[in-house]
Amino acid sequence: MDRPQTTDHRPSSIVHRPSSGFLNAIGAIVWKDLAAELRSRELLSAMLVFALLVILIFNFALELDPLTRRVATPGILWATFAFAGTLGLNRSMAVEKDRGCLDGLLLAPVDRSAIYFGKTISNLAFMLIVEVVVLPVYSVLYNTNLFNPGLIVVILLGSVGYVAVGTLLSSMAVQTRTRDVLLPILLFPVVIPILIAAVKASSGFLQGLTLTEVMPYINLLIVYDVIFTAVAYMVFDYVVEE
Amino acid sequence: MIAVKKLVKRFGLKTVLRGLDFEVQEGEFVALLGPNGAGKTTFLRILASLSRPTLGEVCVAGYRLPIQASAVRRNLGVVSHLPLLYGDLTAEENLRFYGRMYGVLELSQRINEVLELVGLTSRRRDLVRTFSRGMQQRLAIGRAILHDPDVLLFDEPHTGLDQDACDMLDRLLREVAGQGRTVVMTSHDLARVEDLASRFDVLSRGVIYASASRNGLGKNNLLDFYRQALAG
Repeated sequence: MDRPQTTDHRPSSIVHRPSSGFLNAIGAIVWKDLAAELRSRELLSAMLVFALLVILIFNFALELDPLTRRVATPGILWATFAFAGTLGLNRSMAVEKDRGCLDGLLLAPVDRSAIYFGKTISNLAFMLIVEVVVLPVYSVLYNTNLFNPGLIVVILLGSVGYVAVGTLLSSMAVQTRTRDVLLPILLFPVVIPILIAAVKASSGFLQGLTLTEVMPYINLLIVYDVIFTAVAYMVFDYVVEE
Repeated sequence: MIAVKKLVKRFGLKTVLRGLDFEVQEGEFVALLGPNGAGKTTFLRILASLSRPTLGEVCVAGYRLPIQASAVRRNLGVVSHLPLLYGDLTAEENLRFYGRMYGVLELSQRINEVLELVGLTSRRRDLVRTFSRGMQQRLAIGRAILHDPDVLLFDEPHTGLDQDACDMLDRLLREVAGQGRTVVMTSHDLARVEDLASRFDVLSRGVIYASASRNGLGKNNLLDFYRQALAG
């Protein structure tokens, strides 16, 4: 249908209406999330305190000899990242919902997957910040060297997959009254493959296995990252639609 | 500018809109009146492309929904009783964010214009969470007109405002509507919309029960018209 001619009496000749660029919209959302978080520090402080408490509790609860410590470390680390990540995902979407801002985002003339990718990148940034703080603290508390390039790659790949699924499911859960309870119930069964692959690959690197031995789990992580991101890209529009 | 034919909206087994027909000409200011639960907000959310119609045709600013939703959104500004603003960003940062989402060119200049229009230039660097409800609502109007839309939708914009804030909001509504835009506003406050709108439609039980222009109504007759429409 052709657009009808309009009579415009408005003075603002400087305003044009091109389609907002996909990358520009993603950049705007990431900038907005980081700027707001820099001011409030609500999300990061909650995630950090929670993550540090978890590793502290595990430290006191488990009296680990050096060998067992090496075996338990991947499990403790990923349990910490997963629980802290859930807190962050919930809060990140709740901020959008509480003041109607999600509607503000959905009203923008951009492909809605830009909203998904913008929120995913912000959530990933928050999760990585938490991990950057947790790793040295864990190393000191458990007397374990975690500064292994292979482990860092696994943490990055695992986090991408976790946040890719988590952002999609949190945008679904945030529209329900029981959003705080619903997200972990929806999320954890779906991310089990990511967590298993991440724990196995982390464990392999910490036990000094060769790259060839760890590679199947890294491949699994890459495949899951790609699949979950592609699925989220395709269904996000329907998830946020009323 | 807005054309709706036989619009039906169902949520599960509940039918909220039942074959609604609605048309608005360019430059008209239509007040959509009706009791709670009449379907006003649902109808506005469909016009805003936030909700899909179950059946029927919806055309806004010359584009069809939901097929051309992105083009509709580019020509649409929405103000609801929620401000759709981020409390931890300043007024200027909120406008800058939405400006980038809408692809507004010469954004800094446009932000200055809009802040001037809504009377918040002196508070541009203050966090929105420190604003009063009235100031937030004025900034929300600034957000809605930032990309210079042809159509504005207001969903009960006076909710939660005191008398002074309502008066200020009305002056602002008149100003933005007077710039040649097409406006649809839902409200419960007949006294307020009486002086603002050029046409009054009564929505009840999912259909438009009655419609009248301001010229067709005598002074102080809006309440009678509204009551008769609901009684009929």
